[in-house]
Amino acid sequence: MNNIQHMFKDKYLVDNLVKKIQAYEGKVVNIMEVCGTHTMSISRFGIRSILPKTIRLISGPGCPVCVTPSYYVKSAIELAQMKDTIITTFGDMMRIPYKGNSLLHEKALGRDIRIVYSPLDNIQIAQDNPDKKVIFLSVGFETTTPIIALSVIEAVEKRIDNYMLLTANKTMPQVMNLLSSDKEISIDGYIYPGHVSVIIGTELYDKIADKYSITGAIAGFEPVDILGAIYNIISNVNHKSMKVNNTYSRVVSSEGNMIAKAKIEEVFEHCDAIWRGIGCVSKSGLRLKDKYVKLDAWKAFRISENEQDYDPKGCRCGDILKGKCLPYECSLYGKLCTPENPVGSCMVSSEGTCSAYYKYI
Amino acid sequence: MSSIITLAHGSGGKLTHNLIKNIFQKHLKNELLLEAGDSAVFGVDKGNLAFTTDSYVISPVFFRGGNIGKLAVCGTVNDLAVCGATPKYLSCGFIIEEGLKISDLEKIVEAMAKTAIESGVSIVTGDTKVVQKGCADKLFINTSGIGYIPSGVKYTTAGIKQGDKVIITGTMGDHGTAILLDREKIDVESSIVSDCATLNKMLNDVTKKFGSAIRIMRDPTRGGVATTLNELVSDNRFSIKLYEESLPIKNEVKGICEILGFDPLYMANEGKALIIVDSSKVDSVLIELREHNVGKEAEVIGEVIKSPVGKVYINTIVGGTRIIDMLVGDQLPRIC
Repeated sequence: MNNIQHMFKDKYLVDNLVKKIQAYEGKVVNIMEVCGTHTMSISRFGIRSILPKTIRLISGPGCPVCVTPSYYVKSAIELAQMKDTIITTFGDMMRIPYKGNSLLHEKALGRDIRIVYSPLDNIQIAQDNPDKKVIFLSVGFETTTPIIALSVIEAVEKRIDNYMLLTANKTMPQVMNLLSSDKEISIDGYIYPGHVSVIIGTELYDKIADKYSITGAIAGFEPVDILGAIYNIISNVNHKSMKVNNTYSRVVSSEGNMIAKAKIEEVFEHCDAIWRGIGCVSKSGLRLKDKYVKLDAWKAFRISENEQDYDPKGCRCGDILKGKCLPYECSLYGKLCTPENPVGSCMVSSEGTCSAYYKYI
Repeated sequence: MSSIITLAHGSGGKLTHNLIKNIFQKHLKNELLLEAGDSAVFGVDKGNLAFTTDSYVISPVFFRGGNIGKLAVCGTVNDLAVCGATPKYLSCGFIIEEGLKISDLEKIVEAMAKTAIESGVSIVTGDTKVVQKGCADKLFINTSGIGYIPSGVKYTTAGIKQGDKVIITGTMGDHGTAILLDREKIDVESSIVSDCATLNKMLNDVTKKFGSAIRIMRDPTRGGVATTLNELVSDNRFSIKLYEESLPIKNEVKGICEILGFDPLYMANEGKALIIVDSSKVDSVLIELREHNVGKEAEVIGEVIKSPVGKVYINTIVGGTRIIDMLVGDQLPRIC
């Protein structure tokens, strides 16, 4: 692995790509990176700081925690406050604020809330705590959902009856179509999500290119990957080509990962989903199939999923997630909303756009 | 003797005294400790004293490359050494959760004794308390330390000048990565171990040889190099710029951090020092550091730049620049 890492950080390749990009003299090109990990990598490598002003990178809604609606956080807090529950979660969810509270705050008050590195860790936790209900905060896109599906399958096989999911999983195709058809955003090209593409393959992106005349490049997360994708996109725009380049072909195949897709298909079905700041996107969510209803925490605890989403006054996370404004165009950014005192989820999550911008000059 | 620590061992009675005699005094033996007074009394050299304290709550207490006892002695010795002090005397206070195996306690105290001898310090006074199950995570240790600072040595940020160079004495992030693998039981095969080590002999040589060319030293423990450098620039007189290509990081640390979504700049180090040095002396300082086993991978990683706001920047391998900010809390693992 380290040889590949070195190759895609190679100074000669990086310098060459930077020179080619900096030599760009065409019209303004708006490129959206959809994936939160791309947002962070772009920030981490300082890529924005070397781009000419005519190449604009816009961050999209690819951060699974950022697009989770606020009522989900409220529900998670309520479940944590119940007797005999153990809430398990990915780390980023801990600090998401909800009306002055958060899971981190509840943990400090003594609620049993645990960070897991893998959804499969839930199986052991459930087995070690048979008298408690282990509720996993199931958020994520297609990259994460197959492993979550595996945890459900394993729980059923092992007859573990105290493991549940509070689902907020989402899929990319529907929101990609929504963004592509939004004239206000005016995207010329996409940096497509590398790890989501490992699972779903590349067909979606060819469809977007055909339907909306938007070019794109599927990219990994090393500097050569991202710079290469940017260079491909500006070249395609220059040549009026709608081609989609797979620059992450070392792990992304056109058909994706059939086994992972099958696991998602076995456990989940599509449903409408609320994306924070965007609203309801039809068929963009995943819920457990009836076969697995016993693991559905929404049903077991009779929690309503249709509550009014709460967004703090002045918070522009929604516009930022759609690429309609940049973090520093939000009046709260850097003043009332900081990493120490986040108002919205874009500032809390390690993949959030505002959190990433905070690392810039 | 019982095989585990019970509340009775903390009562001050016979069990406590036996524990002190058979574990602490047996291994940490020195004249002052064996006097067993309520305080250790000793003379002082001329010049200034350095005094430091630290508490250790690490979990797990045994980790690849060390244990909580070794860590405690290294941490306190290093805190003294980076101030230019020659460490002399340590205290150690133990808060033990009932149920801890006595054999585990003995291994930890043995490690403290060995580390103390290697670094030339004596643990001269201590205290032991036992708490109920659940009130401490196996064992907490507090160590305080006293060292003597030669006259004329005073390391403060006021001495830092534009153009000074930033050195790190070895690879970054080893300890934090090793602990992460052990604590979270990450199923990855790795030879990474904690870099836990005392630095006083190396740093005392540097202090003696280079005088005021050494502006300040710090050990980048919790929060890593990024946090420590942010602390240095917090009075807003200057900034620090790092060079990403120059950062010495083991390939395994890079690989594990990449998979988990962590940045080695924020991972703890327990056997490394940051040194800010007059640029005219940087090559000589590097030669001196590399003569020592704990400094053989020392590298220049950045420089001090004039700036109206105190920030830490990094020139990335792409040729861009970004800020390295202080984290709000702990780093969190990536989701996807």
